[in-house]
Amino acid sequence: MANTLPKTPMLDELETGEWPSFVKEIKMAAKENPMSSDLLALLERSYKEKIGHWKHGGIVGVMGYGGGVIGRYNDLPEEYPNISHFHTMRINQPSGWFYTTDALRKICDIWEKRGSGLTNMHGSTGDIILLGTSTDQLEPTFSDLAKIDFDIGGSGSDVRTPSCCCGMARCEWACYDTMQCCYDFTMAYQDELHRPAFPYKFKFKFSGCPNDCVASIARSDMSIIGTWRDEIQMDKDAIAEYAANGMDIKSDVVDNCPAKCMEWDGKELLIDNQYCRRCMHCINVMPKALRPGKDRGATILLGAKAPIVEGALLSSVLIPFIKMEPPYKEIMDMVERIWDLWCEEGKARERVGEFIQRVGLGNFLEAIEVEPVAEMVAFPRENPYVFYEEYFEEGDDDEEEGGDDE
Amino acid sequence: MAKTVEEIAEAMFKMVKDATGMKKLKPTDLIKAMKELYGDDVDKKLCKEAIKQLVNSGTCVYTYFGGSFIELPHREGAAND
Ligand code: HEM
Ligand code: HEM
Ligand code: SF4
Ligand code: SF4
Repeated sequence: MANTLPKTPMLDELETGEWPSFVKEIKMAAKENPMSSDLLALLERSYKEKIGHWKHGGIVGVMGYGGGVIGRYNDLPEEYPNISHFHTMRINQPSGWFYTTDALRKICDIWEKRGSGLTNMHGSTGDIILLGTSTDQLEPTFSDLAKIDFDIGGSGSDVRTPSCCCGMARCEWACYDTMQCCYDFTMAYQDELHRPAFPYKFKFKFSGCPNDCVASIARSDMSIIGTWRDEIQMDKDAIAEYAANGMDIKSDVVDNCPAKCMEWDGKELLIDNQYCRRCMHCINVMPKALRPGKDRGATILLGAKAPIVEGALLSSVLIPFIKMEPPYKEIMDMVERIWDLWCEEGKARERVGEFIQRVGLGNFLEAIEVEPVAEMVAFPRENPYVFYEEYFEEGDDDEEEGGDDE
Repeated sequence: MAKTVEEIAEAMFKMVKDATGMKKLKPTDLIKAMKELYGDDVDKKLCKEAIKQLVNSGTCVYTYFGGSFIELPHREGAAND
């Protein structure tokens, strides 16, 4: 059985394109693993019938943890007995996704023995995703992984496995040590990661600079993005070299600056740093000549989410600039205040970004004891969130609610 | 009088048991209820400890149906043998 693959004419077509194909991978696994073999057969059937055959499970997990295992069963267990159960396990990845080949081999060995052998390195969550195992293999997998120092990640209404860009390990643009910070936050919030106690999920993602390689601004409730507050560092000789080598500095650099704060007269490049938006464009184009300033830290943004219950949101600025130094006490204290408020007042399945939209940024800021600042305003005069209390006389509450006599 | 973890766990267990079949309770529901019941004799930390004890002992389990809940262990509808 193990060596004869099911006939899958429709899936086979997916192998003919230019892209790497998951069908090829599942077939490879299916030679050894009956779960993968049944998976191929069932998927082919779904393609033919245009019907999905998976049920969601809500209760499987490992003892003591409330997250990290996503239950799946198929609704034709007699016909596809090897994938009657097909649970996914999320495993906390190392910061920046650095592994030794030895560690990877060990993870794969465990999963070939305990599950389908199929992995997804890495999920959009950032974790290692181990696809497909049965309920009775969950605890043994957990303990096998613990022996090689891997732990389960988050799922459900908890802190999701934090993730970060490779930061200072490989990238000269990193404005703080993302890998250290991601690790420290992961360790500090082990309880919140394994024991869901929020209205819904909460994600942290750490990017070392505004290029935001982990897309934290779109994918995390709290996005911590490296930046600088002094002047872009400039190497005049290197600029001249770019120009001499034919770079059109005016059209490729200056004209694309979103702040329109650069000038190039054919000899000298000027940047009016007080208007610079730290977008990274000029630095990305002339990496040898320009680099982030020396006074480095991060901007903290809050509230991104993908469209599940409601529409998508990007994070918006909460703290324009903060120095990123362990043990990050100021940030963690603020995080606690945000969680306390959101747990107290948030509705079920309401992400923190939606919560802010519902209660209003002004009320939210007041409750978490953060002063409103101009950087929080995304669109001047269109943004109804920020109220400056001192503008209102005592007893003016109704106006504050409606604001309709503006 | 400050409450012990055991007392809180017991009270939470009773809530979960009484709600079984009627309403799924979230950890925040339990914590809020304990604060209402015992006022300043409890805090969030104590309540979280109590939930941890209930789950670690297998008396209750975490479940996931769109959000996370605390329930009595049971065989779920979707499960295959
Ligand atoms: C109508 C059908 C489905 C719906 C509406 C649905 C919806 C979702 C949603 C909303 C999430 C994100 C959950 C969260 O992180 O909070 C999710 C995750 C996931 N779903 Fe589904 N799903 C469906 C079918 C399936 C099927 C058929 C499978 C597997 C055979 C599956 C496997 C998964 C897995 C493995 C994840 C976690 C992915 C990760 O870790 O990033 N889903 N699904
Ligand atoms: C034609 C078939 C399929 C298509 C077009 C497809 C497409 C995709 C795409 C576009 C994503 C999002 C990737 C990302 O941005 O991270 C995704 C994620 C995922 N797929 Fe598939 N998929 C297919 C079949 C499958 C099958 C058969 C499985 C399981 C056996 C599977 C398991 C997953 C999981 C677990 C994720 C989420 C992992 C994560 O990003 O966290 N997919 N798939
Ligand atoms: S986000 Fe910035 S620091 Fe991090 S890897 Fe990308 S470019 Fe480098
Ligand atoms: S970083 Fe962006 S905003 Fe700042 S000077 Fe360069 S291109 Fe302009």
